[in-house]
Amino acid sequence: MTVEYARNTRVRLPQRPGDPANVVIRGARILDPAAGIDREGDLVVRDGVIGGDPDGLEVMDGSGLTVIPGIVDVHVHLRTPGKEHAEDIATGTASAAAGGVVTVLAMPNTQPPTDSPSILGSLLERAGREAVVPTGFIPAITMGQQGETLTEHGDLAEAGAAALSDDGVPVGSALVMRRALQYQKATDLLFTLHEEDMSLSGPGVMHEGVVSARIGLAGIPGVSEAVQVARDCSLAAYEDGRIHICHVSARETVDEIRLAKARGVQVTAEVTPHHLLLTEASVDADPDPAKFKMNPPLRATEDREALIEALVDGTIDCIATDHAPHPADEKANPFGAAPFGVIGLETAFAACHTELVLGGRMDLADLIMRMSTNPARIFGLPVPTLADGAEANLAVVDLGATDVVGDRPYASKSTNAAFVGMEFTGRVVMTLAGGQDVYRRNQ
Amino acid sequence: MSTHGSLIRIGDLDVDGIGRVLGTAERFGEVMERDIKKVPTLRGRTVINLFLEPSTRTSTSFELAAKRLSADVVSIKGAGTSMDKGETLKDTILTLEAYDPDVFVVRHPQVGACDVVGRYTGASVVNAGDGTGEHPTQALLDLYTVQREIGPVEGLHVAFVGDVLHSRVARSGIAAFRMMGAKVTVVAPPTLVPRHLAEALGAEVSADIRDIADADVVYVLRMQLERMGQGGFVPSLAEYARMYQVNHARLRDGQRVMHAGPVNRGVEISGAVVDDPSTLIEAQAGNGLVVRMAVLYDVLTEDKAGAARAPGVTLEAA
Repeated sequence: MTVEYARNTRVRLPQRPGDPANVVIRGARILDPAAGIDREGDLVVRDGVIGGDPDGLEVMDGSGLTVIPGIVDVHVHLRTPGKEHAEDIATGTASAAAGGVVTVLAMPNTQPPTDSPSILGSLLERAGREAVVPTGFIPAITMGQQGETLTEHGDLAEAGAAALSDDGVPVGSALVMRRALQYQKATDLLFTLHEEDMSLSGPGVMHEGVVSARIGLAGIPGVSEAVQVARDCSLAAYEDGRIHICHVSARETVDEIRLAKARGVQVTAEVTPHHLLLTEASVDADPDPAKFKMNPPLRATEDREALIEALVDGTIDCIATDHAPHPADEKANPFGAAPFGVIGLETAFAACHTELVLGGRMDLADLIMRMSTNPARIFGLPVPTLADGAEANLAVVDLGATDVVGDRPYASKSTNAAFVGMEFTGRVVMTLAGGQDVYRRNQ
Repeated sequence: MSTHGSLIRIGDLDVDGIGRVLGTAERFGEVMERDIKKVPTLRGRTVINLFLEPSTRTSTSFELAAKRLSADVVSIKGAGTSMDKGETLKDTILTLEAYDPDVFVVRHPQVGACDVVGRYTGASVVNAGDGTGEHPTQALLDLYTVQREIGPVEGLHVAFVGDVLHSRVARSGIAAFRMMGAKVTVVAPPTLVPRHLAEALGAEVSADIRDIADADVVYVLRMQLERMGQGGFVPSLAEYARMYQVNHARLRDGQRVMHAGPVNRGVEISGAVVDDPSTLIEAQAGNGLVVRMAVLYDVLTEDKAGAARAPGVTLEAA
């Protein structure tokens, strides 16, 4: 079972102003497993709220389409401030909308890092003008993400932080991590942790495995992640704290999380679509392997299989993209010099639907729980639902439509997609977020 | 993208391809015994040597190889290039493309740099060493040396000793010797062997120096002190020497020792072995020239399918 945390009542999820959506989706399948809804029929959205009188509203033909609660992505990089040449709040959240994502949480590894209430405040203010979908921010655990001095967790919570993370790097010192977990009782903010023992990762740039041995790139072993997760689960147990593990990649990590959950540690975990679909073999097979460079790295077939099993059995609670835009010029460097990261917001649903649902690993309801309901509950965010009276946070998807990634321009400012050229079935045709009509696919 | 063949990793050649290159090297070897050591084979062709990491023997032999083939050669070396001013590898190649080169010979500190070069040029790309990646021309000259000095590679037992983890010489060499039918054993401290090496390259792995006993060839790898960085791969060089140094006490009669150089005397290999005329070390250095001539010839005359001849390039002109 996914640990369900209390609502974060202070979290701020600003969105740019806009007219409320007014539409009737006629003759669609309406599916919201958390609310026990699975019916054929019409879905009315009036003044941005589900339900009400359909009279006079735009009618959308929903035949062959499915309406689902919108995706909640708790791990994205909007590159603002400081790296707006790769992404900004407007383009990153437009990318989210195009992927059926109705809420994003942005990580703090910006320039400067998001490590103070004033930077957080300016981001929230800017999101209130530019964000296409409701957008929250995850400030740093430590000043400058240096792993030494705690940021002002209390003030950040008061200012509306969604959680805290040093994502991009781990909290290297066990003592600093312990202090943060002790202090958590005063702030109630979740820690979402990039887990890596940098001494084990060393100069590594890809998974330490058969491919790295053959081609000579320095490896990052799976245990680099697992030992840090073991450490932090142990600390969380000792301090009765709660932690969320970012982008699990290694089978050894899955084992650690499974053990920790079995003994009652308040730990949850996410996995990315690219770790669910791809392996180290991609690095070997492609003439432009830097598009498969990310941290944590794509691992072996056995790791991928362990991640899918863990997502199916609940050891891993949810899916998050780790959407990480980088300019093409930087990705054009040799593998070792190219930056880590791939974009993923626009393809997450299609990729996971194709791999997991059409691949027979779980049904659509299970996938919705892992992409929408569970991440919202873990982070104490409003849970998107299709129940009457709820604010419209939904995606309309065509589960039979197929696209090739990269055939259409991305809404993101960057194009560094690992899935480019892959064919996925499951197309987002409309997104309503925060009660606004934020995305319609042009044929 | 390349219209010609390229040699970026040893796996770009199959057994026949390796045989073809070594055969060409034999014929160039005969030419090199003549008074006039220059042939017109690549007249009018342009070879750019781009060496962005220190090198003496490889860069010299490539430059001389191109000159002996009558190509126009430009050699660009590390410091003083526009890459010091922040130019990317991509832009460096696009700039040099203006001279319409036929071959880029590239040494670069990053694994896979030659693939990047290949994306932005129609010229052939020859890997002269990419970081800890591959060094295919070294593997070819090692095969050539063994064939000439010992005989057919098939059935031989080759032991690679030492720092395999950081060694592009080993990575290409193990694959090349395996491809040609040799048995390969790696003998090294476990900290200097890539995890999954056996699966990746088909070599047996041992941590015991006594396991070189059965080998016909003992290939000594340089301790790459410059790549050791943090991490203490071995407790000390002195202990390494005591446990893994190839010296006369550990060799038996008839075993032939190889080393790609530069050697650290007294570390991975004893000075006495380096100076022993029965080793193949000097032959390796000498064979670099004709093998690299053969590689330049081969990439310009074989397309990727290994068939079509580029017009105007014939070995017979030699």
